[in-house]
This record gives sequence, C-alpha cells and structure tokens, in this order.
Amino acid sequence: MHFLPEEASSFAGHVDALYLFLILVTAFFSLLIGTLVVVFAIRYRRKSPDEIATDVHESGALEIIWTVIPFGLTIVMFFWGASVYFRITRPPTNAIDVYVTAKQWMWKLQHADGHREMNELHVPIGQPVRLTMASEDVIHSFYVPAFRFKRDVVPGRFSVAWFQATKPGKYHLFCAEYCGTRHSNMIGWVYAMTPADYQAWLAGGNPGESLAAAGAKRFVENACNTCHGDVPGARGPSLAGVYGHAVRLSNGQTVIADEAYLRESIVNPQAKLVAGYPTIMPTFQGLIGEEGLLQLIAYIKSLSPPAPAGAAAASPAPAPAPTPERKASRP
Amino acid sequence: MSTSEPVPAVRPARPDYLNASYGVRSWLLTSDHKRIAILYLITVTFFFAIGGVAAALVRLELLTPAGDVFQAETYNKIFTTHGIMMVFFFLIPAIPAVLGNFLVPLMIGAKDLAFPRINLLSWYLLVIGGLIALWALIHGGLDTGWTFYTPYSTVYSNGWVVVTAVGIFIAGFSSILTGLNFIVTLHTMRAPGMTWTRMPLFCWGMYATAIIQILGTPVIAITLLLVGAERLFHLGIFDPAQGGDPVLFQHLFWFYSHPAVYIMILPAMAVISELVTAFSRKPIFGYKFIAGSSIAIAALSFLVWGHHMFVSGQSVYAGLVFSILSFMVAIPSAIKVFNWTATLYKGSVSYQTPLLYALGFIGLFTFGGLTGLFLASLGLDIHVHDTYFIVAHFHYIMVGGTIMAYLGGMHYWWPKISGKLYPEYWSRVSAWVIFIGFNLTFFPQFIVGYLGMPRRYHQYPEEFQVLNVMSTAGASILGIGYLIPLVYFIWSMRYGKDAADNPWGATGLEWQTPSPPPTENFVETPVVSGRPYDYATGREEVALG
Ligand code: HEM
Ligand SMILES: [Cu+2]
Ligand SMILES: [Cu+2]
Repeated sequence: MHFLPEEASSFAGHVDALYLFLILVTAFFSLLIGTLVVVFAIRYRRKSPDEIATDVHESGALEIIWTVIPFGLTIVMFFWGASVYFRITRPPTNAIDVYVTAKQWMWKLQHADGHREMNELHVPIGQPVRLTMASEDVIHSFYVPAFRFKRDVVPGRFSVAWFQATKPGKYHLFCAEYCGTRHSNMIGWVYAMTPADYQAWLAGGNPGESLAAAGAKRFVENACNTCHGDVPGARGPSLAGVYGHAVRLSNGQTVIADEAYLRESIVNPQAKLVAGYPTIMPTFQGLIGEEGLLQLIAYIKSLSPPAPAGAAAASPAPAPAPTPERKASRP
Repeated sequence: MSTSEPVPAVRPARPDYLNASYGVRSWLLTSDHKRIAILYLITVTFFFAIGGVAAALVRLELLTPAGDVFQAETYNKIFTTHGIMMVFFFLIPAIPAVLGNFLVPLMIGAKDLAFPRINLLSWYLLVIGGLIALWALIHGGLDTGWTFYTPYSTVYSNGWVVVTAVGIFIAGFSSILTGLNFIVTLHTMRAPGMTWTRMPLFCWGMYATAIIQILGTPVIAITLLLVGAERLFHLGIFDPAQGGDPVLFQHLFWFYSHPAVYIMILPAMAVISELVTAFSRKPIFGYKFIAGSSIAIAALSFLVWGHHMFVSGQSVYAGLVFSILSFMVAIPSAIKVFNWTATLYKGSVSYQTPLLYALGFIGLFTFGGLTGLFLASLGLDIHVHDTYFIVAHFHYIMVGGTIMAYLGGMHYWWPKISGKLYPEYWSRVSAWVIFIGFNLTFFPQFIVGYLGMPRRYHQYPEEFQVLNVMSTAGASILGIGYLIPLVYFIWSMRYGKDAADNPWGATGLEWQTPSPPPTENFVETPVVSGRPYDYATGREEVALG
C-alpha cells in the first residue's frame, strides 16, 4: 500500500519533506507521552487500598521546559510551512496560461491557443502552468493530489494559482470544496506530458479560435471598443499595455492591473476609477458569463506583450496595432 | 421541593433529588440543577443516537467506491444530519450541560446555579431547537454540510436551510444562557473558603468554556440569521452575483466555529484533570498551569479562525498570522498533557474504568492535537485541506477526545448521579472496545486523506477502498463500544449495587454529600479550608526541579 501520493510537481517533494518532519515530531511526542503514561501507570500502580501517593505537584523548571520546547518546535514548523507556502503562492513570470471555468459539476479548461477540454487537462512537464479560475455558481476547489496543489475557485472573482508538473503521468483532478449533489463526480484527469508529447498534442485537433481572438470579438459585441477605442479623446482609457502595469486611480492610489483588477473594472467599474476619466462606464455584472470574462481578460492581456525579463513593470508596453474588428464596428 | 405525592417505600432511607418528588411534571418544571442535568443527559443521548445512525449510514455507503447504497443527494443529506446533530446538539451541550450542570454547584458547595429557572429555560431551548432542526433534516432534508458555505446554502441548495438555521439559532441561546449561569454562579456562589485557586479544575474549565459560549455564540446566531435573510430576501451579502462576498460567510462562520471546537474540548480537558488526579490519588501537577492554560486557550481560540481559509484566496499575510497563532494555541494544550502525565508520576494509580477512559483521552487527544500542527503549517495544509486528513484530525479530538472524556466523566460521577454502581467488568470492556474501534475507524483516514481523498465524497476512486473498508469495520466496533455503556448504565439504575457516598475515596465537595445528593445538595454549607486535591495530607511535600 502507498502512504504518499505520487510526487509529480515541483512542490510535492517540499510538502512531503515537511510532512515527514511533522510525522517524526508526532511520533516522538506520541511515544513519549504514551510510554510515560504506561510506565507510570504500571510502576506506580496502587498496591494497597490505603496507599497514599508522594506529593509531587509542581515544578517551575519542568513547566518552563515543556512550554519552551514545544514553542521552539512550533516556530520551526511555522517558518518551514511558510517557506513551502511562499514557493506555492508566487507565480513565476514564464508560465503558460490555462483558463478554468468551474460549474456544477464539471471543469471547463481553455488553453490560450483555443484548445478546450472538459474534465481533462493536458500540460507539459518542466514548465510552470498558471491557472486563472472562475466559478459560474458555487465555490469549487481545484485539487491535484499528485501536485500537492489546491485552490478554491470562488464565484465573483478570479483565483490565480500555478503549478509545475515534473513527471509525465495521468493524475487525479478532484473538486475538493463541497459544491452540491454531484460534488464527487466533479473529477477528472491531469495529463502531464513531455514537452515533445505536449507539442504533438497541441498540434493535433482543431484548436479553433484563440482565446484572445474570442475575447476581441466580445470586446466589440459588448461595445467596449466604443469608449476604449484607443483614439485621442476617447471616453475611456486605452487598454493597450495596461495589464501588468501600474494604473493611477482617481483617489490618488496606484494599483497594478492584474486579472483581479481587470475583472473588477468590468463587473464593478465604479470600485476603482482611473484618474482623468468620467464615471460613465456601465457595469457588466451578469451580462458577460465567466467564460466570456476570461476571454476578455485574455484579450486585454494580449494587448500587453510580456515584458522582457528584468524590465521594470512601469515601462509602457508598445501599443499593438489596432485590430480590424475594432474599426469595422465603429458606429 | 416538597410535594403532596406519596413517597414510595422503595428507598425511604434518606431523601435525595431523585425521590424528592415524582411524576412527569416534577421533572419538566424542576429547577433543580441535578434534575435538569438528567433532562439534558436524556436529550443529548437522543441526539447522539440520531447522529450515530447517520454516521453508520455514511460509513455503509463508503464501504464500496461506487455510490451504490444511497443516491448522491441522500448521502449528502445524511452527512449533513450527522454533522449538525453531533456538533450543535451533542458535542457543544454534552459536557457543560450534563456534567457541568450537575457538578458545578456541588463542587463549589452551592445549593444550585445562580439562575435555576433560566437553567430550565436553556434546556427547553435546546430541545425546541434540536427538534426543529431534526424535523428539518429528516422531513425536508438539508445538504449543505454543517458548515453552510455560501453561496451554496443561500442560493443553490434546495434543502431546508432556513428551518435548520432557526433550530441552531434557538439552541444557541441555550448555550449562551448556560454559559451565563456558570459565570455568575462561579463568581458569586462559591462556599466560604473556596477561593479561585482552591476551585476544582473542572470549574476552571467550565468557566473558560462559558466565556467562549457567551462571546462566540452570538456571532453564529447572527451569521445564520444573515444566511436565512439572504435566502429569503436576496439581500446580496454573500451572493457574488449581487456584489456580495461568499468568503465573508466563512470568516463569520469560523469566527464562532473555531472557538466552538474549544467549547467542545475545554470541558473534556476539565473532566480529565479531575479523573487523573482522583485515580492517582495525588494532587494534580501544575494546578495553576492547567487552570491558566484553559483561559489562554479560550482567549487564543478567537484569533485563529482564518486557518480554515488557507486556500480560499485570503492574503498571504493573513495566512501567516493565522498560521502562527494556530501554532500558539497548541502550546497551552501541550502544557495540559504534560501536567496530566506528571500527575501519574509517583501516584497511587488505580486502573478503574474512569482512568482507562482518561488515559485513552490523553493518547487520542495528543495525537489529534499534534495533527493539528500539520494543518497549521501553511504549505502542508494546502494539500490536506478538505480531505479525509481533516476529518481524521477533528474526529481524534472531538470523538477520541471529547467523547472519551465525557464517558470517563459519566463513569466517574455515575455513582453520585444515580446512587448506583455500574458493572466494573463490562465498563472496562467498553473502554477497550471504544479505544480500539476508534483507532481503526479514524487512523486510516489520515492516510487516505494524505493520499488525496476529498471529504464529502459520495463515491471515490477504487484505490482508496482498502482504507475505507478498515474505517467502516472500525466504525462497527466503535458503535458496539458505545452501546455497551448505554445498556449497563440503564441496567444499573435498577439492578446496580447502591453506591457509597465517596466510592473512589476522592476529594472534592461533591463526594462529601450523599449519593445521590439531596435536593439542596448539602445539609450544611461546607467550609473549605485547604487546597484542592489534597490527597496527601500529613505527608511531607516533595518539590521537583
Ligand atoms: C492543537 C491545536 C489545534 C490546531 C493547531 C488545529 C488546527 C486546525 C486547522 C489548521 C484546521 C483547518 C484545516 C483545514 O480545514 O484545512 C483545523 C480543522 C479543524 N479542527 Fe483543529 N486544531 C487544533 C485543535 C482542535 C481541537 C481542540 C478541535 C476540537 C475540539 C479541533 C477541531 C477541528 C475541526 C472540527 C476542524 C474542521 C472543521 C471542518 O472543516 O469541518 N481542532 N484544525
Ligand atoms: Cu465540489
Ligand atoms: Cu479551527
């Protein structure tokens, strides 16, 4: 029988090492307490009914020892746990993007090139994969035990997380947050593939339209382009080069435009206003589905080509050439 | 407490609280804390039985990987019934309302609690709340789990969310009133000479618990009210489609429900402190540290709720703070375990049933607490959160800990409560059967959880079956283990030998009054002149270290 799931991601070994350390500590203290209890119970068993015990009932030194030692150990555990956590939380910049839409009771996955999958995800090993996840209904949780990876998918926001598979194989994908009747059917598989196999997989099948292209269409359908038209005097700010860069707000603050910011700007535009523009943008809450939002975000991201490694986040990215659709739909 | 009904000849010797009056009315309208404790005992046993049947059905379904016994929806309703009955209607009231009610006045030399009629009211609230919730769970069905996460509970579930929430809401007042009653009683009604540092540790534990009950319970009440209001009137507090925040619910829920786990364990620790010292016949080791650690736990328990949300997307900094604070709660718990162990040292240890249960508690609680450290470790919790590892962790503490302590306490004080002795042989058997059945049920769940089996799964991949079969087998043994005491306690009421006033040779005021005690507890108000657990009077004191 196995006691550990397969170690198939860059975190798995670190999580397991901490796990083994904690098992050792647990074994040590359980045995210590267990042995002392049994030994004392036998050694000091009552030998006659009127026996009276020795009155040993306090020791400042012992109290200090058994406060300080557990304290020290828990501090070690805290820092160790936190360091593993940091590894898990910071997404690297060279990740490939996968967009996940969770709904009762299935996982819909979209690759940047337009490949769509249902309850299955193909990823290359050796390269970080960044998941941008949205839920259409209740809270779900994307869990791949072999990767020691889990992240709740909370409706109304994006959950962004990443992993890097290290070993080719077929691994369970579970929904870990109870989400209703068929929660235990909301499962699937992650296929980790060698880069060559992955390329072959990508080449096979018809990916259809890329996510960004689909987003560009929605940009027009929802008439976003009427204000964010990228022309002098436009009623809204240009979205070229926004993603990943600093935005100055009307209240004087500056925020980095990440997925969460972009999403909020679409569904709840009044929450953070860009300095210098009137508060005229309508809310698109409920008008654009989660998949549509993900496509729009992919489109907006495509307007900001990734900065060359080491480049400062504040340097403006070159504006992309206006897309033909945009011109076509100008009223 | 006099009545005009005739006193039968069965036990004419001396008047006690059981034979003071007869008839259903004399029980339903009683204000005697001891009789109210018996009412609670019957009530929580009933709810425990319902929760237990639900647990058995859950384990039955999980015997095979396929979802073949129940429909998915039925399964979800069953585990919800299990969780709600066990947490809100058994574990939270069990020790405080049964043993606490019976013992707090006796232990401090008082005639009753400060507000006897409020005490009765709080029993009615538990019964009414419990029956409403039970009706909702069985008649209507509810599939949210005991945690009621939004927006599932507020928008998507078609179970009886509102009615169940009303039941829990009502029962919450029972908990608040009991806590209030204990705090006032302990402050104002201690016998002459019973200073705070002479108070039995059981009372310290009840005091710490009462603080949490009073401060925490209103929060869950309001949270459930919001869930109900949102469901009925679509307020948009938690519903993201209306701009609400579903994670806000988790904050509110765990702000109560984490402290609530200490409402379940502090009283158990309080019982263990009494048992270990009585059966070692030795003053408890580190009295002040055990008492102080109860208060420390009560205070810290309010600061760690975020450890239930490490993967919900809360900020990294919040995660760090909740992680370190969670580690800090473990320390007062460790202090208690070490002090109990040291109490056995050089004791005069008698292996009677209550001690067997207490030693079982120490082992299982230690293990459960240590596994809590796994979960407080941020990087590791990401993997085990919402798997069977969590299920194993909290069952080690709440079943292995709290129920062991509750049963240990029931055995220890049963002669006082009933005036009868239970059969020694069978009681030892029960302690062993429960200990073995428990470990077989829950230990495999740590392994299957780490392997990745998520909780609340109606069906599961085949590779997890062996461990699940072990768990179901263990649960069957555990179930038998719980039935044995039920049978012999009832049997002993009729056929048991009469108990002496102090069958264990224990200290503590409750043992200085007849078994069962008279309605007014003490014929003369006792005066306390020495330290608690003074088993070694006349012996030289030996200090260590
Ligand atoms: C030694 C101290 C303890 C620590 C450090 C600790 C830590 C934790 C953590 C971090 C979690 C959340 C894990 C997750 O959901 O991913 C958790 C869950 C839980 N713990 Fe503990 N715990 C301790 C003691 C207790 C005690 C004393 C009890 C009960 C009497 C308890 C009952 C629970 C319950 C009921 C849950 C899960 C609830 C649910 O999700 O349904 N824990 N514990
Ligand atoms: Cu789910
Ligand atoms: Cu907690």
